[in-house]
Amino acid sequence: MTTETAETETPAPRRSWQEWLREYSELGVSALLFVIGVLVLADALTMDVDIAQRGPIGPKTVPVVVGAGLLLVAVLLAVDVLRGGRGEAEGGEDIDLSEPGDWRTVLLLAGVFLAFAVLIGPVGFPIAGALLFWGAAFALGSRHLHRDPLIAAVLSLVTYFVFNNLLGVPLPGGPLMGVL
Amino acid sequence: MDSLNSLLDGFGTALTPVNLLWAAIGVLLGTAIGVLPGIGPAMAVALLLPVTYGLEPTGAFIMFAGIYYGAMFGGSTTSILLNTPGESAAVVAALEGNPMAKAGRGAQALAAAAVGHFAGGMIGTILLVVLAPTVAELAVDIGAPDYFAIMVLAFIAVTSVLGSSRIRGLASLLIGLTLGLVGLDQMTGQQRLTFGSLQLADGIDVVIVAVGLFAIGEALWVAAHLRRSSGEPIPVGRPWLGKSDVRRTWKSWLRGPVIGFPFGAIPAGGAEIPTFLSYVTEKRLSKHKEEFGKGAIEGVAGPESAASASAAGTLVSMLTLGLPTTAVAAVMLAAFQQYGIQPGPLLFEREPDLVWGLIASLFVGMVLLLALNLPLAPLWAKLLRIPRPYLYAGIMFFAAVGAYAVGGEALDLVILLIIGLIGFGMRRYGLPVLPAVIGVILGPAAEQQLRRALQISDGSATGLVNTPFSVTVYAVIVLLLAWPWLKKLIMRRRNVSV
Repeated sequence: MTTETAETETPAPRRSWQEWLREYSELGVSALLFVIGVLVLADALTMDVDIAQRGPIGPKTVPVVVGAGLLLVAVLLAVDVLRGGRGEAEGGEDIDLSEPGDWRTVLLLAGVFLAFAVLIGPVGFPIAGALLFWGAAFALGSRHLHRDPLIAAVLSLVTYFVFNNLLGVPLPGGPLMGVL
Repeated sequence: MDSLNSLLDGFGTALTPVNLLWAAIGVLLGTAIGVLPGIGPAMAVALLLPVTYGLEPTGAFIMFAGIYYGAMFGGSTTSILLNTPGESAAVVAALEGNPMAKAGRGAQALAAAAVGHFAGGMIGTILLVVLAPTVAELAVDIGAPDYFAIMVLAFIAVTSVLGSSRIRGLASLLIGLTLGLVGLDQMTGQQRLTFGSLQLADGIDVVIVAVGLFAIGEALWVAAHLRRSSGEPIPVGRPWLGKSDVRRTWKSWLRGPVIGFPFGAIPAGGAEIPTFLSYVTEKRLSKHKEEFGKGAIEGVAGPESAASASAAGTLVSMLTLGLPTTAVAAVMLAAFQQYGIQPGPLLFEREPDLVWGLIASLFVGMVLLLALNLPLAPLWAKLLRIPRPYLYAGIMFFAAVGAYAVGGEALDLVILLIIGLIGFGMRRYGLPVLPAVIGVILGPAAEQQLRRALQISDGSATGLVNTPFSVTVYAVIVLLLAWPWLKKLIMRRRNVSV
């Protein structure tokens, strides 16, 4: 792929590499597919199957096919992008594609979600869940100082009781439920 | 008349108080979810999978079917009153419905859509009752090579029929197949793509993949491009139809299912194509052609009826062949697998109570939906005013609950977020989500059938094409793959003759 990169860059030497990267950012998808393909192939080929083989097709075959397919698609996608093909960003009811992407919100949301994953063990679902909802609403631009945490707390507690006590799907109560 | 008796037994199952309750919850949730912007039926069913862990399968599927049909009903409300269809199937409803609402005929548009869904759903479900047992009987002795062929057909169809770019569809499918490979090999116990992790040895749960791609991916994608000023829904009264409206629409309601049902049963993208075809048909047949584009009621009635009928068609393929033709069917198939039930021709023999209870509950659900939607439409329209931060924070919240409920592991939440980020990237670069979900759900099953077929034939590749059924399916696949070239050829020939 790097050779192709060099070829397309030469006709327009004045454009900065940042602009080029932005325009061809879809090549990142292709690179990612390539890496996954290598990973799948490497895992399949290092498999030790002599003992486990049963029937003409062992556990290796399908991963090898999928890995090779990923490599092929990665190359084909890169060719398509360099020829000017573009994937169409998905529209929707609440989506405004005329504005540039708001990456801060996305990162903030991902961060809030990770915090939930870390917290659910030590503080339990009711508290971690309330923080998740409040944090996500805050990241998305809601700034009601009293209403937001109240809704978050009620939603989290009700969900906890419905799942844990009514539906029989256990959730960790944490220290809060120990006190109550 | 055998299926009529079975259906009556099914009503016995569906009309027990508990199952009636699940049907009611399903249609309520489905309507709410359909009305709410940003949540499609596939996301709804995925988010609700964990709710059913404590339920017995019949109740769970009755609820899912209610959600599926309910979301279809509710989706048209959003299209008509907001002019921003969330689903591809509801695009057509906005074409005529929104101008009607703007002209003060929103009540008639909602009524035409609701009755259209009712008529389409009823006719579609009757066709399901008549056809499904026959299809199942024809397919009853299909074996491993046939199953494998059907699954290959599903893979090819979702990647080449849907979306604008085949290469992007294929990339999505391969991502799904890769996720499906993670874990222990079903036949030999060999570890694949686990990187020595004990948790990954169990594989990545389908629920986590579906919730990650549909819910987290969508929430993150909307967060990046949140519309700062969301549209004001047009206020509307109780839906009703005048005599002249009924005279114009009753034929459209009956024509819709003829187009919708067959398209639902084949892997051609669900309701998108039939609603559009129905719209074009109504326009051609209408006596009021000049009204089209400015609010012609036939343009709401026909396509909405086609949409609901296509949902019934989808269930035919899903229940009798185990072939999911839409995202909702794919997630429902995952739900069947959770219960250890394999949809397919034997389903009607092995689980008659479940299948006929489910089908009977569709009729019950349809009546409930009509009763819910006609008088309560103004109430449902209020849901359109929900603040967007709460809506998407809620989606993240319930996605987290669902993923945690799968196994009580915090690691699952991290995997969920990673898959959500993949879903985000796929939306950014126009990779369709459906092929990935089909790949995860059908991939492992396809591999097993392939290996079984080759084991029977002792490694000879002819073992894959030794039945008339599989040969037919492969012929269809070749046609599908060759279609773009065939189309070009036909066009050229036409140009020459002109």
